[in-house]
Amino acid sequence: MPTLKSEVQPVVTENDIVYVRQNVRKWAVEMKFSLVDQTKMVTAASELARNLLIYGGGGEVRLEQLQEGSRMGLRVMFVDQGPGIPDIEQALKDGFTSGKGMGLGLGGAKRLVTDFDIKSIVGQGTSITTTKWR
Amino acid sequence: MSTIRLPEILQKAKAQILEEWVKQQMSGAGARADLIKDGELRKQSEEFLNNFQRSAQSGETENIQLPAWAPTLELIADLTRQRERMGFSPSETALFIFSLKEPLLAQVRAELKKDPEAAIEESMGISALLDKLGLYTTEIYQASREEVIRRQQEELLELSTPVVKMWDGIVALPLIGTLDSARTSVVMESLLQRIVETGSEIAIIDITGVPTVDTLVAQHLLKTVAAARLMGADCIISGIRPQIAQTMVHLAIDLSAVTTKATMAEALKTALARTGHRVVKDVVLKA
Repeated sequence: MPTLKSEVQPVVTENDIVYVRQNVRKWAVEMKFSLVDQTKMVTAASELARNLLIYGGGGEVRLEQLQEGSRMGLRVMFVDQGPGIPDIEQALKDGFTSGKGMGLGLGGAKRLVTDFDIKSIVGQGTSITTTKWR
Repeated sequence: MSTIRLPEILQKAKAQILEEWVKQQMSGAGARADLIKDGELRKQSEEFLNNFQRSAQSGETENIQLPAWAPTLELIADLTRQRERMGFSPSETALFIFSLKEPLLAQVRAELKKDPEAAIEESMGISALLDKLGLYTTEIYQASREEVIRRQQEELLELSTPVVKMWDGIVALPLIGTLDSARTSVVMESLLQRIVETGSEIAIIDITGVPTVDTLVAQHLLKTVAAARLMGADCIISGIRPQIAQTMVHLAIDLSAVTTKATMAEALKTALARTGHRVVKDVVLKA
C-alpha cells in the first residue's frame, strides 16, 4: 500500500491539539473528503490528541496519505511513551474514564473512523492508528 | 580569555574609541540616519561607553549576570525598547553593540603591540563580552514581542465572548473559534454574570462558529447549561450543523436534557414562545 506523503507533528502542549485539528482538516480537505467525513476525522483526531497529551504525557501525531487501488485513505497515528492502558476493552467502553472527562473519547473516536487499531503495553506506551477511506 | 587591560584601555583612549565608534555606526551596515539623529546617537554611545567602563572596572567580564553589569544591562534594555519603537530591526539594534568591537580592538592592538600573545587573549575576551551584550538586545526584543502577544491574547479572550441581550429575559452567547479550557471558563463566567444582571430566564448558546465539537467541548457546554439551570435559567443550544450532529451521535454525547436547535432564529422563536411572546406578521390588505 503506497504512502503518498506523510508528516509528523509533536503534541506537547494544549495548543498542539489545535494544530493537529487544523492539520487533519487541511489534509482531509485536500483529499476531498465530504464535509461529514472531514468533521468526523477532525473530531476523532481531537479526542485522541487530547488523550495523548493528558494520559500519555505527550507524544507524536503522524499523518499519512495512502493509496490502495482506486481508493484514497487518510491515516492518523498517535504514539506516546506514556504509562499504557492496562485494560483496552474497558477503556473503549462508553462512560469509562480514569480522568475527569466524559469517558466517550476513545470509544467515540473508534466509531468515527473506518479502521481503528490500538496497541498498548503497560509502562511502555500506546499507539493508536486511525484510517478513513474514500 | 582575559580582559585585564580593558578598564585601562577604556580609561586611556575613551574619547578616541567613542569618536571612531560613532563614525563606524554612522557609516556601517546598521546606519539608520533616517531614524536617529547624529547628536542622539552620539549621546547614547557615550552613555553606553561610560556604563560599560564602570561595569568593566569590576574585573568581572566573564559573566554579565553579576551585579556590576546590572546598570549596563538596564541601559541596553532601555535603548533596545527605545529603538524598537523608533523602528530599528533587531539586527540593527544588536549592531549598535557589535560595532564597538572594531574601534575597541584597534586600541587593544595598538596598546599591546609588543605582546601579540596578550593582544589575542585580550581581544578574545572583549569579543566574547560584547557578543553577550549584543545578544542581550535580542532577548529584550523577544521579551517585548511576547508581551505584545500575551496582551493580544487577553484582548481576544474578552473580545470573543460577548453576551448579547436578545429580548427581555433572553440572552444569547454566540461562540466562535476554539473552546480551550481558558476560554471556556471566561465564557461560562460572563454568561452566568449576564444572566444575573439581566434577570434572564433563557440563554441561547450558539455554536455555529465552533469548528469542532468533541467530548471536551460537549462537557464544557453541559456544565455551563447545568450552572445556568441552577441559577434559574434554561439554555437552548443552537447552531448545530448537520456534520456536527452526526459526529456527536457517533461520540454518544447525550444532549437530550437540553433543548437544541439548528439555527439561532429557531432558538429565538422557541425562547420567545416560552416567555409568552408571539411574533405576528402584519398583513396589509389591499383595497
